[in-house]
Amino acid sequence: MRIDCPLCGARDRREFYYQGAAVALNRPAPDAGVEAWDDYVHLRDNPAGETRDLWHHEAGCGAWLVVTRDTVSHAVSRVELATDVKGAMA
Amino acid sequence: MGELKAVSACAGLVPVCIGSVTVDGMDLECMTSLSPFGDALALDGALKKAHGVGWPQAGQALGDATVRVIWFGRNEAVLIGPEADQGLGDVAAVVDLSDAWAAVSVEGAGTVDVLARLVPVDLRAAAFGEGQTVRTQLGHLGASITKLGPERFMILVFRSMAATLIHDLKQAMAGVASRG
Repeated sequence: MRIDCPLCGARDRREFYYQGAAVALNRPAPDAGVEAWDDYVHLRDNPAGETRDLWHHEAGCGAWLVVTRDTVSHAVSRVELATDVKGAMA
Repeated sequence: MGELKAVSACAGLVPVCIGSVTVDGMDLECMTSLSPFGDALALDGALKKAHGVGWPQAGQALGDATVRVIWFGRNEAVLIGPEADQGLGDVAAVVDLSDAWAAVSVEGAGTVDVLARLVPVDLRAAAFGEGQTVRTQLGHLGASITKLGPERFMILVFRSMAATLIHDLKQAMAGVASRG
């Protein structure tokens, strides 16, 4: 498996560390309430299809990446810098 | 404090010559990490003014043996050679890394074959030219690899990993040499 880092180009999987669902980019406000926080901390979707993960290019440029992939076909369709994704959300 | 004697990270380990490939230590003088505050435009200007070399794009290594600026990761580059100009501190986080990293040169015919055994990036001439640099792994070590010339590379690893680096390189060099 290779991940196409926006800074470094296509690199081997061993250079990356998998963090989990890209939900961490949608951190609720401190006063959002118990339900929102429970959802954020504990509840994850398990889709058959497109999903978004956070990966860290640990042994490369050090950037956090949002990787969009398909859990059925295993195809990686998009890799973006987390900072760009977060910036676009603001 | 008395006068201290400088000891290179690879002292006693290099030079190593196996087959047509030679590994030797490099004395980088000063090595300084630079991370721009905000966008890199101001730092690019300050670097050019103070050291004559600008800010590198991702994967780019600028300058020559006297002053190098090497891309070192997202929003980070290292200045190698001179002591960093004080003024850079106004536009970037400046961290002195001298003595914290070990530097070696690997050169000679077949260097690419040696590195191919250790590095998961294509370093062949067609894919990786002079002036290019990568952050990647060498064996299990996080490394910075820069192409200095045809069949000549500079490898940087954490200083504490110098002996492992030389060990891994020796093993790969012996493997390539034994194939004749």
